[in-house]
Amino acid sequence: MEVHVDRGRCAGSGLCMSYVPAVFDQSEDDGKVLLKAARPEPGTAAAVRGAAARCPAGAITLSGGDAHGR
Amino acid sequence: MPHESTPVPLHTRRTHFDPADDLRRLAADGPVTRVSLAPGAGGEPLWLVTGHEEVRRVLGDHTRFSTRRRFGSREPAGGDGERPDEGVGLLMDYDPPEHTRLRKMLTPEFTVRRMRRLQPRIENIVAERLDAMERAGHPADLAELFASAIPGPVLCELIGVPRDDRDDFLRRCHAHLATGRGRQERTAAGSAFTRYLAALVARQRKNPDDGFLGMLVRDHGGDFTDKELRGICILLMLAGLDNISGMLGLGALALLENPDQLALVRDDPAALDRAVEELLRYLSVPHAPTPRTAVEDITLGGRLIRAGDTVVCSIPLANRDPHLTAEPDRLDLTREPVPHVAFGHGIHHCIGAALARMELRIAYTALLRRFPGLRLAVPAQDVAFRVRSTAYGVERLPVTW
Ligand code: SF4
Repeated sequence: MEVHVDRGRCAGSGLCMSYVPAVFDQSEDDGKVLLKAARPEPGTAAAVRGAAARCPAGAITLSGGDAHGR
Repeated sequence: MPHESTPVPLHTRRTHFDPADDLRRLAADGPVTRVSLAPGAGGEPLWLVTGHEEVRRVLGDHTRFSTRRRFGSREPAGGDGERPDEGVGLLMDYDPPEHTRLRKMLTPEFTVRRMRRLQPRIENIVAERLDAMERAGHPADLAELFASAIPGPVLCELIGVPRDDRDDFLRRCHAHLATGRGRQERTAAGSAFTRYLAALVARQRKNPDDGFLGMLVRDHGGDFTDKELRGICILLMLAGLDNISGMLGLGALALLENPDQLALVRDDPAALDRAVEELLRYLSVPHAPTPRTAVEDITLGGRLIRAGDTVVCSIPLANRDPHLTAEPDRLDLTREPVPHVAFGHGIHHCIGAALARMELRIAYTALLRRFPGLRLAVPAQDVAFRVRSTAYGVERLPVTW
């Protein structure tokens, strides 16, 4: 799975970081998302899918294997 | 001001924790319906959006659904009539690029990490309220002593209102925001509140501290007008008082009515985060975000919305949409978090969401620890609910322990 974030869209909720801190961070400068791991460990795939679905700005997109999950 | 005898607007009607039956019937007809929210009371027909997917589409599309109010009667949606003083800084009524400019400067002040710095102070405030409740003895009104007593001091802590000023500040704020008072009284009280805010802003401009206002003037001093800084403080009070008191009171009631579920989460912080998300979804205390105005003709949920039409999104119905999650009407504190819209969606997503989540978690946890035997002092059906408010809640919640 590959993770993409659109910082232009990000509303700065910090939700993704709270949800999967290994993959997402929140910038101290502008409050927006920072990607820590563009190709996260397979074990976090479900949590990353959850974060993408819950992002209030639609700023997280996923591609590649296990992007859609079950 | 709605008179006591005028009917409660349709989209705010509830039955205990649930959207009222007449509201549900609408949702059953389709995700988007043409309806008058105050039938027989002069309410103009508008579009009520009740489907989760459709609500996300409206809130996520700020270019076609404007929140900018029409300040002049002939002004088109998203027009550029002059914003009256009392509307300055109220971000939910701004469209980009005005919105982008302000939101960009505010967002870094509300990060999860920045909010965590407030954690010990919020814990103190909550502990003080619980002390007061304990001293008052049981039965005690949890609505008054807990739910309504926490959000105000927390907002003072956030904004940087000195301790000694807080009671006055909150009294003036309530008077300013109260809709039930005569216009003249409100204006007088309002000016006392805005005068205090003006002095606070002036002090921070001179000697910025490390609170929210101090940081804003330090980082962006010249980019904000005083009026904007005052308006942003008012916005925080508007958004942070009723919504949080609603969640604290109703949430406590929901927990007390579901002791088996409560037992599953009470001592596990991770489980409690999940429980807070589910309470946000299930209770959906804000009835609706700022109404949108369609900027062009748009088809949504199979209906044609015309440019200039008003669109209201129902938060409680969107969060109970069966497409969102299985058995949406069941409170399940262990539910895998779903993309609920209790904090809105898109560019107007609640800027204080991280603070709200933390405040709720701290308050519920402390309440349950302090009073392990907490229970209702009246039958559940006798609890009085707060209906005429922008956020649902309990009016009185007698408890014992
Ligand atoms: S969840 Fe979305 S809006 Fe929130 S910080 Fe992450 S990317 Fe930004």
